Amino acid sequence: MGNEFVPLSLPPLLIGCLAALACALPGNFLLLRRQALIGDAISHVVLPGIVVGFLVTGTSSTWPMMLGAAAAAVVAVALIQLVHRVGRIEPGAAMGVVFTTLFAAGVLLLEQSDTSNVHLDVEHALYGNLESLIWLDATGWSSLLDPAALVWLPPELTRMAVVLVLVMLFIGLLWRPLAISTFDEGFARTLGIRVGPLGLALVIVSAIAAVAAFDAVGSIIVIAMFICPPAAARMMTDRLLVQVGWSALFAVASAIIGYVLAGYGPLWLGYSDSVSAAGMIATVSGLILAVAAMFGPVRKGRAA
Amino acid sequence: MNDLSQTAPLKVRGLTVSYGATPAVFSADITVQPGAMTAIIGPNGAGKSTLLKAVLGIIPRLSGQVEVYGESFDSQRARVAYVPQRASVDWDFPTRVIDVVQMGLYRQLGLLGRVRGQHRALAQECLSRVGMSDFAARQIGQLSGGQQQRVFLARALAQGADLYLLDEPFAGVDAATEKAIIEVLKSLKAEGKTILAVHHDLSTVPDYFDHVFIINKTPVAEGTVQEAFTQDALQRAYGGRLASGLLDQLFPVANPAPPASFGAGPA
Repeated sequence: MGNEFVPLSLPPLLIGCLAALACALPGNFLLLRRQALIGDAISHVVLPGIVVGFLVTGTSSTWPMMLGAAAAAVVAVALIQLVHRVGRIEPGAAMGVVFTTLFAAGVLLLEQSDTSNVHLDVEHALYGNLESLIWLDATGWSSLLDPAALVWLPPELTRMAVVLVLVMLFIGLLWRPLAISTFDEGFARTLGIRVGPLGLALVIVSAIAAVAAFDAVGSIIVIAMFICPPAAARMMTDRLLVQVGWSALFAVASAIIGYVLAGYGPLWLGYSDSVSAAGMIATVSGLILAVAAMFGPVRKGRAA
Repeated sequence: MNDLSQTAPLKVRGLTVSYGATPAVFSADITVQPGAMTAIIGPNGAGKSTLLKAVLGIIPRLSGQVEVYGESFDSQRARVAYVPQRASVDWDFPTRVIDVVQMGLYRQLGLLGRVRGQHRALAQECLSRVGMSDFAARQIGQLSGGQQQRVFLARALAQGADLYLLDEPFAGVDAATEKAIIEVLKSLKAEGKTILAVHHDLSTVPDYFDHVFIINKTPVAEGTVQEAFTQDALQRAYGGRLASGLLDQLFPVANPAPPASFGAGPA
């Protein structure tokens, strides 16, 4: 069992869990700040960034693409602010306009450029290549202790782990100012909390999580994980700390259940092929949200 | 030198704030007296809340200096507590009453300081001062408007400040809450603390406050209630927007006939 599971299923499962966590944790704060669409926006604008990064450098190696993605995220955040301020359009609509436009531009760029020989296409951008993140050097559970094999772990796994640690450090260290400024921005300012830079830092950390997760698992999971686990967690509790805990649990549960269902579900139903893990993970997270919305202990409507 | 009795808790000079092209507050000067309860009054849209927020740096000011106890506000933050308007936050936020009160301890706790027994006891004591100790574990969305206002006041008490700035603390609260809040404010005053509150109910000004600052975009009058809370100053600030009965009620003996009202001449 381990002989097959460790090289083929363990890395994608782990990467899926890490990506889900890295997006869901900051998602709690974005959701409460009514900025949940930021994750959606970033994961879309990453596409033109990656294409431009590829066109400029001519390589499909990771760093130029990550830099391009990060630059595109920064441009998008600036554009959203610009459309919001100058155009006097509400923030949600401003995000919608900016990310669809940039994503569309990314699709055009992709079609026109010669990227057919590299692994870069719209399909990949949407639902990633989770199933292909395998660890061929592993022979079984013992490989987890074998340095020679560990070197060949998919680089996405290490990258995602580093990003998750960054996200957790950010939220852990700045928990109090984040919570206070999310609840009562004016009061936070009078305490001397730098509300502006803190909000920007939250968006940047979310962008880093989105870019890293996008690279590993595609934008569908990113969008779903920023919103579904935190929104479902809100239905479970009236305490912020507990909500963040539930969101982490829901994120991991979505990743594991979704991955297993995608791989084996169709077989159980008599079909021969497995389905996209990313699509299934996102679907499961949506189902968890639906169940929490129906049966969660604090699912009350917005009481007047 | 006794700092509290000598230096003005709050001194504002030439404060101008603008939303877009039109100034919301123009060239306001205030000197808040130590140990006093001062009301900021003026008609709707006169810039009362704007003034308070600009003083606290919540909204940017175009010009003007703010001194708190003779120093920059930034260096004196620990001595200033703020009670925002109740409607300024989302009460559906996932947090309990006691957590909100503990936000007032942020400057004491810092980023990672542990919440110890003494902090919990202090927060609980602040809640009981506003008559809310039974509600510590409630989610804030389950409270009535008046109870929410009291929680905000408890949070300000937890800050342990010398100067309390309140934005419409009596707006939309029940009579019991109004009484509870004014009692807490008066006890703060008795401890030598200074209170500055945006207030909209003219009829309670003489009962609740000892100083007033009257503003209608530009300052109109400033001083003790006796000096500054006059019919003339109110007419200048409010123009025709004052209910005619209110002035009669406020100034029954000194001025039997408001000059602007008809049919009040000698019979």
